[in-house]
Amino acid sequence: MIGIKKFISKMRTKSPWLLHFDCGSCNGCDIEVLACLTPVYDVERFGIINVGNPMHADILLVTGTVNHRNKVVLINLFNQMPDPKIVVAIGACGLSGGIFRDAYNVVGGVDKVIPVDVYVPGCPAKPEAIIDGVVAGLSKL
Amino acid sequence: MITDLVLAIFCIVFVPVLGGFISGIDRIITARFQSRVGPPLLQPFYDVIKLFGKEKVVVNVWQAFCAYCYIAAASISIVMFFFKSDLLLILFVQAVGAIFLVVGALSSTSPFSQVGAHRELLQILSYEPLLVLVVVGMYLEVDSFKIWKIYEWNEPLILKLPFLFIVLGYALTIKLRKSPFDLSTSHHAHQELVKGVLTDYSGPFLGLIEIAHWYETVLVLGLCSLFWATNWIGGFILVAITYILEIIIDNVSARMTWRWMLGYVWAMGITLSVVNMVWLSLV
Repeated sequence: MIGIKKFISKMRTKSPWLLHFDCGSCNGCDIEVLACLTPVYDVERFGIINVGNPMHADILLVTGTVNHRNKVVLINLFNQMPDPKIVVAIGACGLSGGIFRDAYNVVGGVDKVIPVDVYVPGCPAKPEAIIDGVVAGLSKL
Repeated sequence: MITDLVLAIFCIVFVPVLGGFISGIDRIITARFQSRVGPPLLQPFYDVIKLFGKEKVVVNVWQAFCAYCYIAAASISIVMFFFKSDLLLILFVQAVGAIFLVVGALSSTSPFSQVGAHRELLQILSYEPLLVLVVVGMYLEVDSFKIWKIYEWNEPLILKLPFLFIVLGYALTIKLRKSPFDLSTSHHAHQELVKGVLTDYSGPFLGLIEIAHWYETVLVLGLCSLFWATNWIGGFILVAITYILEIIIDNVSARMTWRWMLGYVWAMGITLSVVNMVWLSLV
């Protein structure tokens, strides 16, 4: 039984499917996330696929600040993902609210709303850093 | 009796492995076409094993039931194929499975799932008549619907039924979910309908559907191989060339609308079938 569990958790690290949610980002980080899928970085080498469906996803990538409007959507997406799942917050805004943290409509970083496993800093975060963050998150799956 | 049972178990276990490898090779070749390296050969197996380890989330119990029915029908049809049974019966069992996939998707209220299911129905409507026409063409040549009769035939069917092989190619493209016919759901990235007919299937049930898709892939490629049934090397080369062509078509074409698919596939499929059958009756 333990052998099967270990085997399945090994497979999890070989097939992480991503869901990317733009939580009010300036698109800087979003472009860097999508850059990971291009032939230059080609994350499909590691079995990583960008899925548009929370019900198929293992990893939630969140970019941008959380505000009072989109926090509901973020929580909804997080709840729709079947376990086991991890959340990666990307960019200065995703980590803390960035330069928008004092704005009246901003809640703050992603971790104010849902539990975050990995923080990827940068403004915008580099594709290498994002891939690194996802790989760091895989050990928690 | 015992040998029959062994053969049945062998093809239920072995066929998904074969289908998974075909899918892995497909993904690597597709990636090379896009100047990427692509995933490892075993990636489809990693995906499915991971899906079986995920939490079970179902919209309602019928969805789970439909997923089980789909894989059951797909595996029964492939077992019948390996037993060299009746081609028409195989097609109808396979069609029942395909319908269960649609019913499962329709049992959810998600609009993506609903529209995906409608498109899947239209795809079934497009390719099922073509498959029946192909089988009828084979009947006209060998005078039987039984696969073992085709294997006993002394010359490759493709020499007499070349146009029907092209017709089967259309059905194959739809069945393999390749562009330009990947309307209901697609292997690549995400599309305008999120994941179409598969949107609300998740975790282990998505894994079941993936395995059922491998069964169906092998079944349709098996139908292709019947066109060169005199020796297995010829059949293998024919299937390999057909599959490579499928991958090329998938990579060079865009996704089209269902109206175009229905009109084009029926017009081309029925015309080519009729031409081939008339030619068959004249020579």
